[in-house]
Amino acid sequence: MKITIDNISIEVSEGTTILEAARKIGGKIVPPAMCWYSKLKNTGGKCRTCLVKVAQSSSKDPRPIPKLVASCSTPVQDGMVVQNITSQEVLDARKAIVEFLLINHPLDCPVCDQAGECDLQDLSFLHGVVETRSDEERREFPVIDIGDKIKLNMNRCILCYRCVFIADQITSKRVHGVLYRGDAAEISTYIQNVIDNDFSGNMIDVCPVGALTDRTFRFKSRVWFLNPMDAHRECSHCPGKVTAWMFGNEIYRITGRKDEFGELEEFICNECRFEKKELTDWFIERPKKIKRESVISANHYEKLIKSSIIHPIEGTTEQQE
Amino acid sequence: MNYECRMSGLINHKLYNREKKTIEFSAETLKRIREIIKHYPAERKKSALLPVLHIAQQELGGYLSVDVMDYVAFLLEIQSIEVYEVATFYTMFLLEPAGKYVIEVCQTGPCALCGGERILDHLENVLGIKNGETTSDGLFTLKTVECLGSCGTAPVMQVNTEFYESMTHEKIDQIIEDFKNKGNQQPSETRWADLF
Amino acid sequence: MGRPVLIEKIGIPGIRDFAVYRAHGGYSLAEKTLKKMTPAEVNREVTKSGLRGRGGAGFPTGLKWSFLDRKTDKPKYLVCNADESEPGTFKDRYLMEHLPHLLIEGLIISSFALGVKTCYIYVRGEFKYIIGILKKAVDEAYQQKFLGENILGTSFSLDIFLHPGGGAYICGEETAMLESLEGKKGNPRIKPPFPAYKGLYDCPTVVNNVETLAAVVPIIGMGGDAYAKIGIGKSTGTKLISACGNINKPGVYEIELGLPVEDFIFSEEYCGGIKNGKRLKAVIPGGSSVPVLPAGLILRTLKGEQRLMTYESLEEGGFDSGTMLGSGGFIVYDEDACMVRNTWNFTRFYRHESCGQCSPCREGTAWMEPVLRRIEQGEGKYSDIDLLVNIADKIEGNTICPFGDAAAWPVSSAIRHFRHEFEFHIEHPEIVKNPDHGSLIQYPVSSIQYR
Repeated sequence: MKITIDNISIEVSEGTTILEAARKIGGKIVPPAMCWYSKLKNTGGKCRTCLVKVAQSSSKDPRPIPKLVASCSTPVQDGMVVQNITSQEVLDARKAIVEFLLINHPLDCPVCDQAGECDLQDLSFLHGVVETRSDEERREFPVIDIGDKIKLNMNRCILCYRCVFIADQITSKRVHGVLYRGDAAEISTYIQNVIDNDFSGNMIDVCPVGALTDRTFRFKSRVWFLNPMDAHRECSHCPGKVTAWMFGNEIYRITGRKDEFGELEEFICNECRFEKKELTDWFIERPKKIKRESVISANHYEKLIKSSIIHPIEGTTEQQE
Repeated sequence: MNYECRMSGLINHKLYNREKKTIEFSAETLKRIREIIKHYPAERKKSALLPVLHIAQQELGGYLSVDVMDYVAFLLEIQSIEVYEVATFYTMFLLEPAGKYVIEVCQTGPCALCGGERILDHLENVLGIKNGETTSDGLFTLKTVECLGSCGTAPVMQVNTEFYESMTHEKIDQIIEDFKNKGNQQPSETRWADLF
Repeated sequence: MGRPVLIEKIGIPGIRDFAVYRAHGGYSLAEKTLKKMTPAEVNREVTKSGLRGRGGAGFPTGLKWSFLDRKTDKPKYLVCNADESEPGTFKDRYLMEHLPHLLIEGLIISSFALGVKTCYIYVRGEFKYIIGILKKAVDEAYQQKFLGENILGTSFSLDIFLHPGGGAYICGEETAMLESLEGKKGNPRIKPPFPAYKGLYDCPTVVNNVETLAAVVPIIGMGGDAYAKIGIGKSTGTKLISACGNINKPGVYEIELGLPVEDFIFSEEYCGGIKNGKRLKAVIPGGSSVPVLPAGLILRTLKGEQRLMTYESLEEGGFDSGTMLGSGGFIVYDEDACMVRNTWNFTRFYRHESCGQCSPCREGTAWMEPVLRRIEQGEGKYSDIDLLVNIADKIEGNTICPFGDAAAWPVSSAIRHFRHEFEFHIEHPEIVKNPDHGSLIQYPVSSIQYR
């Protein structure tokens, strides 16, 4: 099937969504996705940041679709013509969505552990407006611990539902969900309850904002002061491939490895994530590739790493771009 | 208003101590529930959640305590959180103990146009409580509700699940008086369990 | 104007009982359908009738039915949407309360046409007594062998089950209703896939409104062609209109589509004019979600033509000067009604009823409500008016389901047509602090119709 996005054409297989096709093309025409997650089923459609204009439905039916569509959940038709950054309507809508996502957001980036690697921060930087037009009081929720390892700050949540889907899909028991409705909707366990299973920590990694953060890393460091290194260990629960966030020879935190779209390559277990913080626990492979526009790459830390701690796996050494 | 109460965060994350007493439907109700479950495909027991929650609220204490919801989850073989999600989403389910008579006054457009707001004021005066509160004798809870689909007979209110239409101040006085006279008698209502 | 088609039996004493309904010719059309017609013939009659969905969207029923995936070996479902919650709408309740067997007969005929063996009636939970009435009627139909295995000795079998809602307006949206039927929160699904392919339990499903499914009965009775002759153009047949607000005779009326709006409001046969001798200020003709129109525009289009009760005539002028027939929830406002207070009221409703799944609706409805509340209470700013228009504009079209549009239209239309009232609120806070300020506001005469 042929699809054209912002004048770039590509062949994709049936069942591909517009967003997946756009990611195949890559570059600036990829719509942002705050709720859709390729590795989790049923995600997407909710945040509306990936809305695009379908200027031609298919070669059979050349009519445009009157409303903007969510590119993450709209399958490609043969001959479809899509406008993303070439459509002012799309850009305006996206700007509006960012504003909606921000009116109740506490904007507490200076004290948020997610700052520097936050999808909402990036999104508002790229599409947002500087001023707020809302005079209303923000809705507020108490900040709570759900389990001894995870902090839930509902004020920052954009209700992407990823953490709900991940609990459904990779863990045996879900104890949290989205309760209530409308603007009162919240991620909650309803009663004081502990999210306790071997893979719960992945909720932190799939959370696009700072709503779910790692308590073992709480206020330890700004992420841009750390040097992310690809690392691995033998683990009986998970593949054991992680990113170790280091300061000197110290490991400050462990996360899963994320790809260029910020998605986890593999889910990791809580033991790797929370318990293994010693340099001796890990084989450090190499500095992690960081996108040039990320605040983290500004350190150019890869040149400063002591070679003594790196144990590259044979044949996998890559040059930093 | 519900969302204000919800947003206050008062309802959530309380340390919940499970009650010691066993919670169980009567054998007759259980039989009805098993029939209701049969209305849906065998692997879709969860479909019976809304009817069963209505029955549970009516027959297991007038509101959905965590124990009751956990029991429903057990009956339908689903996780407790799935019940909490549904019970908090729909407005007909009470999550806190309420008065014997839950009076809900419609506040939406057509009722407001025909004096629904004054009906609420009058009820507040008569009962001596504000919207959202319960009288000290535990007899009445006063709430607002959105459109009940009785706009032609506005203003309308419902007491528990019964409609009272074309309300006037005099009618309200009468109704409240009647309820007070009935006192501790259990309000007679159709059983949800008999409706499916 | 014309005899009733859909609810002609409504005046018969005891018509709620099977025996009375049957004695007056009830179920004879179901019998005729099952014994003498093929599903394809029923579909053809429904298509020919031009029947359009009576729930609000007005989508042609025959076309909707034609989308159903009939090649599948999965079970197919028919879901009857009786979650009537649109403010101003109470027609389905009236129909189910008085003619439960008409609905069941419609369900039998429709299920036969669609090849459906299981049908759910999703009734809003607040209509508990209606569930009781339907339950009795369904039980009677089972006893009389109009439901169950091999109905009337034919090979056709059908089960009808009742399912209660739990108090959520959003469950009137068809995919939210399916979620709710599956025992989940009423979060509308992302489309595609559409219910005709993947609906209830991932099986092909048709969701239709109560009135739509009941209307199938007279269509089979008189034939699709004859039904299509009632009404005007693409607005065929009759429609139940539930009238409420400041009128002398609120209630449910069956009208032939094409009736002039003016006749509907002022004739003794229908609304009987404005209550207490007041003048007409505004009308919302299709439930709270459709745009409000001032008196002048609801009676005449901008071109000066008489406005008719049809899908097309009410839409004449687009959103600038038109509105929609919607669900037929006809709300009439007299000269004392405050349109700002009313708009705030509706935004409060939409804020309360938003499912909270997608960001424009969740955040947008919760943003508009306090802004309108401030204006209504005399604490607004001029810039708030344009802000509201802008928020409504940003919600519209950007949400998962039509709820976002439904929340946005009342605001944008009220400001479009009654901007002077919003400005009045900002300029005269001391007057609007009085909760009964509707009658105290001096409005331009042009927005009020004399009669």
